[in-house]
Amino acid sequence: MVLNKFREWLEAPAAEVGDRGGKLNVLRGAVARVTTPLLPDDYLHLANPLWSARELRGRIVEVQKETADSATLVIKPGWGFDFKYRPGQYIGIGILIDGRWNWRSYSLTCPPDWTGEGGKRLISIAVKAMPEGKLSSHLVNGVAAGTIVRLAAPQGGFVLPEPPPAKVLFLTAGSGITPVMSMLRTMDRRDGVTDVVHVHSAPTDADVMFGAELRDLHDRHPSFVSHLQLTDSHGLFSLDSLDELYPDWRERETWACGPAGMLDAIEQHWKSAGVADKLHIERFEVERSAVGEGGTVTFGTTGRTLTVDGATSLLEAGESVGVQLPFGCRMGICQTCVVTLSAGHARDLRNGDERQPGDKVQTCISAAAGDCTLDI
Amino acid sequence: MAITDIQGYTHLTAADIETLGKELDSIRRSVETSRGERDARYIRRTIAAQRCLEVAGRAVLFGSRNRWAWLGGTALLSVAKIIENMELGHNVSHGQWDWMNDPEIHSTSWEWDMTGPSAQWRRAHNYSHHTYTNVLGKDEDLGFGILRMTRDEAWRPVHLAQPAANLLLAATFEWGIALHDLGIEKELAGIPDKKLTSPPDLEFARKVSRQVAKDFVLYPALTGPAWKSTLKANATANLVRNLWAYAVIFCGHFPDGAEKFTIEQLDGETQGEWYLRQMLGSANFKAGPVMAFMSGNLCYQIEHHLFPDLPSNRYSEVAVRVRELCDKYDLPYTTGSLGKQYLLAFRTIHKLALPDRFLKRTSDDAPETSSERKFSDISLPERLRVDPETGKRFGLRSALQDAKASLQEKARHEKEVLREAKVALKARARQEKAALREAKRALGERATHEREVLQDKAARRWGRRVAR
Ligand code: FES
Repeated sequence: MVLNKFREWLEAPAAEVGDRGGKLNVLRGAVARVTTPLLPDDYLHLANPLWSARELRGRIVEVQKETADSATLVIKPGWGFDFKYRPGQYIGIGILIDGRWNWRSYSLTCPPDWTGEGGKRLISIAVKAMPEGKLSSHLVNGVAAGTIVRLAAPQGGFVLPEPPPAKVLFLTAGSGITPVMSMLRTMDRRDGVTDVVHVHSAPTDADVMFGAELRDLHDRHPSFVSHLQLTDSHGLFSLDSLDELYPDWRERETWACGPAGMLDAIEQHWKSAGVADKLHIERFEVERSAVGEGGTVTFGTTGRTLTVDGATSLLEAGESVGVQLPFGCRMGICQTCVVTLSAGHARDLRNGDERQPGDKVQTCISAAAGDCTLDI
Repeated sequence: MAITDIQGYTHLTAADIETLGKELDSIRRSVETSRGERDARYIRRTIAAQRCLEVAGRAVLFGSRNRWAWLGGTALLSVAKIIENMELGHNVSHGQWDWMNDPEIHSTSWEWDMTGPSAQWRRAHNYSHHTYTNVLGKDEDLGFGILRMTRDEAWRPVHLAQPAANLLLAATFEWGIALHDLGIEKELAGIPDKKLTSPPDLEFARKVSRQVAKDFVLYPALTGPAWKSTLKANATANLVRNLWAYAVIFCGHFPDGAEKFTIEQLDGETQGEWYLRQMLGSANFKAGPVMAFMSGNLCYQIEHHLFPDLPSNRYSEVAVRVRELCDKYDLPYTTGSLGKQYLLAFRTIHKLALPDRFLKRTSDDAPETSSERKFSDISLPERLRVDPETGKRFGLRSALQDAKASLQEKARHEKEVLREAKVALKARARQEKAALREAKRALGERATHEREVLQDKAARRWGRRVAR
């Protein structure tokens, strides 16, 4: 108890350094000079992982079951987290499985500056387990409260403007509801629920994430319509029915998030109606494994691309289009050629191991496994 | 001249080398697939322990005016620095823990507590040294540019100073390494040696000044009145770490049996040949768990050179399998006690300080460098032979033993010949002495005789006169 208080007290000043600046950083700088080459954080996070400001961390304080295959994780971020994100943004979360950190992005589901019980500032994400997604299944079924996770700052342009537009349409399916949930909760909290129609599709009633909350919002706010489409019994939501159900859809600022097929259809529909500028789409990376051998490699900062087979190393690929990649031994032993994989998948040619977005890859012994982008 | 033909030297066929390579690959694979929580915990605990030791050491040194506190603090700090250097800095920078995908324990971001910047060391070490291990003219770690560690290198008068240079290098090892790496970095970047304001130079200067300021100014100053003794303690801890790092490195690369290769060897080198070069080019020393840990598991230098990026805590189990392969292919596995391995290196350092004309062996059959020609007049470099009855193979290890035996035989034979020659000489001397004595006696007799004749003559003359 006393220890907890002490901890809170120690963390208190840092709760204000959202931008990681201020006096604390001066102190950090001074201490770092003495502890070189280590930083104060190297010692601090031994005492408490949340005290690291070099890298954002968080502690999972609660795991709430949403549906059979989804859960909400409530996380208490450590030093330096910026709580002033915008509703609809996502964060990166790194979690330790079998000794290895795995990174994924998930939409925040809470409104900005959300304070939980006891005045703690918290964030929440909702995760839906994917059939072969090792990480998401782990998060939904296996992660315990108290687990330390790494966090990447909130980002993304799929956001609700402030103030919200007068007329809004949300089109979501499955876990596509998560960024929209953050927007709805923000509007609710600020008592600014405008004329909002939310069409959400899920196979059955039991699969609807946040079902009770949606109903509650629907009941409490006359200007909010929650339209649930249970696809197992009623089939897919037909975009043509919009004309009949919500004839003013063309005037509504629209946010859509869900499976790629649905988003493609929506995009098409809005384009042919000539209102593409009213549509905001979030295509979140579906958690899946590499799609195959070879693919199109993009060298991020140079913008150069190249299609290669599954046996060509990324290093050779880059060199063949004139991209200057670092290298040394060219045989996988010196780590000179390590580059971050910013999107897509790659495969270690020596053992077939897969590399995910955010991983660092040795380009001399890795090949594209589907389309991928290197951060160089 | 060092090894130019690894197939010939190892008594293996190209196919043998390929299967050996595959077997080594599968060792790698099995470690890779079994890496997990246990290994991650190992490195995290090592890091935590190292930091605790360091903090404890620094804290105790606040009382360093007391003799015992000084000793304790210095010991703690020395151990902390050794662990940081060997098990953490060296191994993390090799990418041994990159698989954890932890940005804080990653080869691209780790900075170590040594004078030189990690990044420069990584280039010099991971690339130059580990790719071109023991290739003359390519691996700059061969003698670190100041010691002549093989008679493949021409002798120059400066080598006479080798014994002193060795001591200096040992005591200031981190500085030696730092300057060495800076040189390689500049060379790789094509920056002239004399230019002192290039980015690598600035990076170097920044790191050096932080390191020096930390150990020799800031921490001593923090301890206030104890600053002098803290300064001494910090210097001692650095010295201890330097000596230990030096000893471990030298035992891993310079004892007899760690072979050297010529540059032609690199032409079209296969993965299997690369493995062989690593295996033959390094040496282990025997260590228990504590010493293994303190050496950053570099007592398993052979395993480290075969698999530089596998987690160090797994080298001991890899070693068992590598030894089995050595037995199977009848290859040497160079190891010995720390003391013995160091003495062998020490002997080479001192021997090679001398010009070649004082040395007996050549670079084909010297203890520190041999080549396939070593076997030429002993046995034909026979390819791996399998005993049809026992299934036992005869290869390099047996050939080396044969070579050693035949060298010994040759030496014995030479000694024998020498002894015989000595005996013969002695006999001749005796004979000549006898002859001399004989001649002397004869001469003496002749002299007596002549004297008698003369006396006789004189007497006769006197007699005539008397008679007249
Ligand atoms: S170039 Fe050496 S590991 Fe890729």
